[in-house]
Amino acid sequence: MHAEHSKHDKHIVGYGTYILIWLGLLALTSITVSIAGIHLGNYTLLVALFIAAVKSGLVINYFMHIKFEEPIFKVFLLISGTTLLIIFVLTAFDIIYR
Amino acid sequence: MADGNIAVAEKSFYQESTNRYKGILSWLLSTDHKRVGLMYLIAIASFFVIGAIFGILMRLELIAPGKTIMDAQTYNTLFTLHGVLMIFLFIIPGLPVIFGNFFLPIMIGARDVAFPRLNLLSFWIYIVGAILVVVSLLLPGGPIDTGWTFYIPYSIRTSTNVSMAIFAAFVLGFSSILTGVNFITTIHRMRAPGMTWFKMPLFVWSTYATAWIQIIATPVIGITILLVILERMFGVGIFDPALGGDPLLFQHMFWIYSHPAVYIMILPAMGVVSEIVPTFARRTIFGYKAIAISSLAIAFVGYLVWAHHMFTSGISDTARWIFSLLTFLVALPSAVKVFNWVATMYKGSIDPKPPFLWVMAFIVLFSIGGLTGLVLGSLATDVHLHDTYFVVAHFHYVMFGGTGTIFFAALFYWFPKMFGKMYSIKWANIGVALFFISFNLLYFPKFIMGYMGMPRRYFDYLPQFEPLQVVSTIGSWLMGITLIIVFGNLIYSLRNGKKAPANPWGGVTLEWHVPSPPPLENFDEIPTVTHEPYDFSQLKEMKYGEG
Amino acid sequence: MVKAETNIELNSQAHVHRDDLGARMGMWLFLFTEVLLFGGMFLVYAVYRFQYSDEFRLAAMELNTGIGALNTIILLTSSLTVAASITAIQKGNKLLSIFLLISTIIFALVFMVNKFFEWSAKISHGIYPGSPELLEKQNGEILFFGLYYVMTGLHALHVIIGVVILVFILVFVIKNKINADDHVKLENSGLYWHLVDLIWIFLFPLFYLIH
Repeated sequence: MHAEHSKHDKHIVGYGTYILIWLGLLALTSITVSIAGIHLGNYTLLVALFIAAVKSGLVINYFMHIKFEEPIFKVFLLISGTTLLIIFVLTAFDIIYR
Repeated sequence: MADGNIAVAEKSFYQESTNRYKGILSWLLSTDHKRVGLMYLIAIASFFVIGAIFGILMRLELIAPGKTIMDAQTYNTLFTLHGVLMIFLFIIPGLPVIFGNFFLPIMIGARDVAFPRLNLLSFWIYIVGAILVVVSLLLPGGPIDTGWTFYIPYSIRTSTNVSMAIFAAFVLGFSSILTGVNFITTIHRMRAPGMTWFKMPLFVWSTYATAWIQIIATPVIGITILLVILERMFGVGIFDPALGGDPLLFQHMFWIYSHPAVYIMILPAMGVVSEIVPTFARRTIFGYKAIAISSLAIAFVGYLVWAHHMFTSGISDTARWIFSLLTFLVALPSAVKVFNWVATMYKGSIDPKPPFLWVMAFIVLFSIGGLTGLVLGSLATDVHLHDTYFVVAHFHYVMFGGTGTIFFAALFYWFPKMFGKMYSIKWANIGVALFFISFNLLYFPKFIMGYMGMPRRYFDYLPQFEPLQVVSTIGSWLMGITLIIVFGNLIYSLRNGKKAPANPWGGVTLEWHVPSPPPLENFDEIPTVTHEPYDFSQLKEMKYGEG
Repeated sequence: MVKAETNIELNSQAHVHRDDLGARMGMWLFLFTEVLLFGGMFLVYAVYRFQYSDEFRLAAMELNTGIGALNTIILLTSSLTVAASITAIQKGNKLLSIFLLISTIIFALVFMVNKFFEWSAKISHGIYPGSPELLEKQNGEILFFGLYYVMTGLHALHVIIGVVILVFILVFVIKNKINADDHVKLENSGLYWHLVDLIWIFLFPLFYLIH
C-alpha cells in the first residue's frame, strides 16, 4: 500500500462520451421545466427531485468519474449519502407528526 | 519483524526537522506529525486548564445560595465559556489531534500522515479558532452568555458577542474536518506491507471511525452556525420565531452534529483503552474483531439518536419513542467493548502501572455515566430529569470521567515514547487515586441534586440544595489540587525524569518498536507486518523487548 | 515512483511521496463535507416547505424560471468543459485544455453576472432580508426569500471560490506544472466544480419550479 503511480490515469473518458452526457443533462433539464407546468399535485416535487437525482447520477458517475474509480469511492459515497438520507427521515418523524 | 539496524546513535525528531528553519520557527512550520501533535498538546492542555479554572470559579459561586463572588450575568458567561472551551477546544479535538497525530502513522508503519502540510494547516486553523474565542470575550457587547448550545431565540436576541464566538466554533470545525480527511486517507493508503485492516491496532480503528464522524457531522453544525450569524446580521427569518422560524429546527440541526460529536469524544478514548489493557494484562485483546466493528457501529448508530436531547422541547410523540429506542441501541456496542476489556484482563498478568490505573478509573466512571445515560434516554424518567443537575452529572461522568480520564491515561502511557523521559510512578499513582476521589466528590452529589430537582445553569438555588453544593465545591478544590499533581509530575519529569527506554511497558504495537523519542521518519526501514497486533510473543524477537 | 529512502541528515525534507489515488480520495472526502453542509441547508428548506407549502408557492412566483433554467444550462455546460479539459490534458493537448478551462471560467462568470442581475432586480423591488416590504408579507414568504438568498448566496460563494481555484489551475497548466503525467490537481478542481454544479441541479427545481 505504498505510494504508487496510480495507473487509473490510463482510463481516459473521451470527448464524445462527455458530450453525450451533457446532451442528456440538457434533455433532462428541459423535461423537468416542462413537467413543472403540469399540475401533478403532490407528485410534482417527487418527480422534480427524481429527475434531479438522475442528473446528479450522470454528473457523479461520468463527469466526476466515480464509475471508473476504485470501488471504495462508491462505498464512501454510499455511506455519506445514506447518512444524509437517514437524517432527513428521522427529522421527518418529528416535523410530520407534530 | 524487521525494525532496522542502528549503526550510529540516531537523532530523534527533536533534533531533526522537516524544514530549514531553526528554533521555534522549525516547530511552528513543521509538517512532522509528531511535532504537530506536540504543538496541539501544549495548546489543548492550556485551554483545558483555563476551562477547569472557570469550572472552579463556578463552583465557588455555587457554594452558597445567592450572589457569592459574581453576578448572574458573569455566571452565565462563565458556564458558557466553560462549555465552549472544554468541548470545542479540549475534548473534541483532544485525543485525535494529539495522540492520533503522534501515533497513528507510527502504529500503521508509515512515515507520516497522507497530507502533512494539510496537517499543519489544521493546527493553525485550530489556533485561529482559539484566538477568535478570546477575541469574542473582548469585543463590545461582552462575552457570550447563551450556554455553549446557543439555542434560539435567545442567541438571536442577546446583545452579547454570539456571532464571533460561534464563528470561532465554525473555524474549529474546519480544523476537525481536515484532520478527519487526513486520517481516513492515511489509514486507507499508508499502511505498511502486511498490515491488513484486521492487523491494525484498535486505536487506529477507533481513530478511523472518529474521522468519519468528523467529516460527516461537523458540516451540519457549520451550517447551523452560519445561519445563526446570518440571522443576527440580516434577519433572514430562518431562525427567528417572530418571522416563522422554528426553534425546534435549530435544536435538530444543532444536535445532529453535537450528538455524534460526543462519539468523536469517546471513540478515541475507547481506542486508547484497547491499547492499554492488553499491554498491562500482558495478554492479547479479547474479541479484537468485535471491538473493531463496534467502533464503526457506535459511529453509525451515533447519528441516529440526537433528538434524545429534545424529549421535552415539543417534538412529536412519534419522534420521541423512536429516538428513545435508538438511544438504547447505541449502548450495546459500547457494552461490547467493556465486556471485551474485562475479558482481556481475566487470567492476564496484571501490571498495575499508572496507565492501567487510569483505565480502571475510566471503566468505573464511564460505566456510571453510560448507565445514567440510559436513565435519561428513557422518556418517562427524562421528563423529570431533563435540564437538571442529573444531566450535568451524566455528561461530566462520560466526558470528563470518560474522555478526560483517558486523556490522562494516554499521557501517562505514551509520555515516555513522546518525550524520552520517565515520570514518577509514585506521584502518578497518587494522582489517579486523588482524581477518583475528587471526581466523585465533585460530581456524584449532582446526580442526587438533579434527582431532587436542582435545575442546571442556575445562578441561585433553594436552601435545601446547599449541603450537597458545598460537597461538590470542596470536590472541585480537591480536583484542582489533583490536576496540579498530575500535570506537575509530567512537567517536572520533562526536565528531570530518568531517560526512558524504548519499551518501558512491554507493549508490542509498532510505536514500541522504535526508539523513545522516535526519529524524524519513524522507521529506518518500513516494517513488514506479520504478527497479530497484540501478540506478546513478539517481545522476545523485538529489539526493544522490554523496559 | 517507489518510495525513496532518504538519508537521515540534518534538516532533511520530510519524505514526500506521490499518491494520486490518495489525493483524489482526500478530495472526495472533503466534498462529502460540502454535501453535508448544503444537505443541512436543504433540510431546513424541506422543513419550512412542508410547514408553509402554500406561501412557498406564492413567493416562488416572484422568481424568473427562465433565468434559473439559463443558469442551469450554463453550469451544466461548464461541467462539460472542465471535464473535457482533463481529457485534453491526458491526451497531451495543452492548448485545448487551456481553452476549455478558460471557457469554464467564463461560464462561471456569466452565471455570476446573471445572479447579480437577478438579485439586483429583487432588491430594487424591496425584496431582501429585513426589508419593510418583505416583513409585510406572511411568514412563509419571508422564509422562502430568506432561504433563497442564503442558499443561492452560499452557492454563489462556492462559485467564486471555484473560479479562483480554476484560475490558479489554469496558470499551472500554462506553466506545465499540470501536464499529461501529473494532473491530479486539475482532476480535484474539476471534482469541486462538479459539486458546485450538483448543488445547483437541486436548487433549481426547489426554487424555480414550484408551480
